[in-house]
Amino acid sequence: MATMNMIQAINSAMDVMMTRDPDVLVFGEDVGYFGGVFRATEGLQKKHGLTRCFDAPIAEGGIVATAIGMGAYGLRPVIEIQFADYIYPAYDQIVSEAARLRYRSAADFTAPITLRTPYGGGIFGGQTHSQSPEALFTHVAGIKTVIPSNPYDAKGLLIAAIEDDDPVVIFEPKRLYNGPFDGWHEKPVEPWSKHADSDVPDGHYTVPLGKAKVVRPGSDVTVLSYGTMVHVALAAAAHAGVDAEVIDLRTLVPVDIETIVESVTKTGRCVIVHEATRTSGFGAELSAMVQEECFYHLEAPILRVTGWDTPYPHAFEWEYFPGPERVAKALKRVMEG
Amino acid sequence: MNAPIKNTVSLSLRIPEPKARPGDPIDFSGLNVPPAGSAPRPDTRANAFQVRDLAFTLIRVLDEAGKAVGPWDPKLSSALLKSGLRTMVITRAYDDRMYRMQRQGKTSFYMKCTGEEAVASAQALALEDDDMCFPTYRQQALLIARGYPLVDMMNQIYSNEKDPVKGRQLPVMYTSKKHGFFTISGNLGTQFSQAVGWAMASAYKGDSRIACAYIGEGSTAEGDFHSALTFASVYDAPVILNVVNNQWAISSFQGIAGGEESTFASRGIGYGIPALRVDGNDFLAVYAATKWASERARANLGPTLIEHFTYRAAPHSTSDEPSRYRPAEEAKGWPLGDPVERLKAHLIALGEWSEDDHKALEKEATEVVRAAGKESEAIGTLGQSRPSVKEMFEDVFKETPWHIRRQRQEMGY
Repeated sequence: MATMNMIQAINSAMDVMMTRDPDVLVFGEDVGYFGGVFRATEGLQKKHGLTRCFDAPIAEGGIVATAIGMGAYGLRPVIEIQFADYIYPAYDQIVSEAARLRYRSAADFTAPITLRTPYGGGIFGGQTHSQSPEALFTHVAGIKTVIPSNPYDAKGLLIAAIEDDDPVVIFEPKRLYNGPFDGWHEKPVEPWSKHADSDVPDGHYTVPLGKAKVVRPGSDVTVLSYGTMVHVALAAAAHAGVDAEVIDLRTLVPVDIETIVESVTKTGRCVIVHEATRTSGFGAELSAMVQEECFYHLEAPILRVTGWDTPYPHAFEWEYFPGPERVAKALKRVMEG
Repeated sequence: MNAPIKNTVSLSLRIPEPKARPGDPIDFSGLNVPPAGSAPRPDTRANAFQVRDLAFTLIRVLDEAGKAVGPWDPKLSSALLKSGLRTMVITRAYDDRMYRMQRQGKTSFYMKCTGEEAVASAQALALEDDDMCFPTYRQQALLIARGYPLVDMMNQIYSNEKDPVKGRQLPVMYTSKKHGFFTISGNLGTQFSQAVGWAMASAYKGDSRIACAYIGEGSTAEGDFHSALTFASVYDAPVILNVVNNQWAISSFQGIAGGEESTFASRGIGYGIPALRVDGNDFLAVYAATKWASERARANLGPTLIEHFTYRAAPHSTSDEPSRYRPAEEAKGWPLGDPVERLKAHLIALGEWSEDDHKALEKEATEVVRAAGKESEAIGTLGQSRPSVKEMFEDVFKETPWHIRRQRQEMGY
């Protein structure tokens, strides 16, 4: 057991899998000698060799396409798209190819690839370094979409993704890489070392895909969230003085419907929190599911707290970012309903 | 105040147009066909710049008299030549039958490769059987040459109960890992860069197999083409990158993909990839160029780009009507002739074949295809027979997650 921040945990997951399985290799822009712009692949090339962790041309479509070819051969490539904001040139390869290889070939060919990409705001990254495009992937049949919120889960989910025989896209909340940011942006930054989930085993373990986690049991209202927003939701519950049950979904597809239904059935209220823009966001899907499954237990309308339906603006970071004040307001409102 | 400086010439926008449209006389005057045997055959260790001229000429082996001439003559045995001819003739018979079946309403869609049979037929023989091909929808001859059952191809086209891809794919989108035939996408160009990844994996594992990728000249305009050449060049991937230039991308002539400015083969030079431009209707030239490229790949010398210069004699698909955009006689006037006729003439010139032999082969091909057709049609044509609806919900993931399982149950399966 060691204390790890999220980057170290992600690095450890790849290191463990490269050690265990010679068919696991890592590539992406700047990931080789340099170790990645966020240092997630630091030391992997030195330890495992040039052919197992290397730099790729700046061509996201080419990175995903070559990973698909490697997957079809029988390897388990782990690729990094440097920012989720840069993923769009690869969208066709992900949506039309990786996601459908198994289906269209009746399992003759498969694409057991893992795509890691940093996403989300809170870092003054402006509109090209802050986006949360997860709903563009949850909408696609054949892709698993995963978003961790702490070092322990990040490592366990990443190992589970690499061992999974289907394509998995992991969005890593980059604001959480170095500490559990709760949205109170004027407070000093807290390091992961003070957080229980920074206790990370050195070796192999998995956190199963498709399983959510109740991070704070409560009785008043269920908060469905993932990534950075898990920490914001916890801060908001404390701020609002509401006994919220905060659920970290961890995997968006396939989502853990049982945990969601069990909680909302108990609390009768539901607030959904994500950074992504609201319209057609994953919150809309969650809201529809809760309505379908828990309608007769609901005592108030389901509320969503999300990024606004605008591009992510540079100078208005904290007006755009759905911080604890906004989430607390929704929690109070849903309690009045 | 001085008047602002203006251009002395007004700018004008060029939109490329083919030389002939319906009603015009066919015009291949711009097409430079060098004599067979005129292109040199360099050592496989040559680099892209040393073989630069081969990207602008046409490598041709069969001359007008049907003789194999020049340094690219692969000197194939008559048995191998006959085997190639047989693949082409069966492919043509297969195309004819399936096209007819679509016209009779027995399936929704079909695509022929008429006029381009030499490309896949010769390459199947030049490659090892376990090399992985990443085809487009016009390399059905690869499957036929490698012994994939015709009846399974037809079952796919009919989406019937025995369809290997369980009714999930548009007709002709075959797959067979066992036969080194990657699942066809239908989104153009995507497989080109995937093939490079497969080749990188083969190199990573110290394997001896190589990848063979296909793209049409129209789709070279896609970003995937650029990615494929970049990655192949950067990592020296053991891959053959084939551009099948059949002149027409549905109704767009090759000039719309930039073919008038430079050859498609020449695209390789900028990436440092040796590139060959080959008479795609010349079975021997295709075979020889493929051998040259595969020798390079197997010797860790990296990728080769081959442009196969040919002509799409058939419509793009059963949904297309070429007489609306090109002269009806254009295919017949194609200066590089017909690949089947040319290989046949060569075998006859060698004294290894006769008109009677050829008629017998055509008859046999028709019979082989008819027999497979009867077998497949007995299982069922489109709509008469199909896999269980349950199959619609399988293979989205390895294990079906709850939401898809529930949707399947909602359908009653």
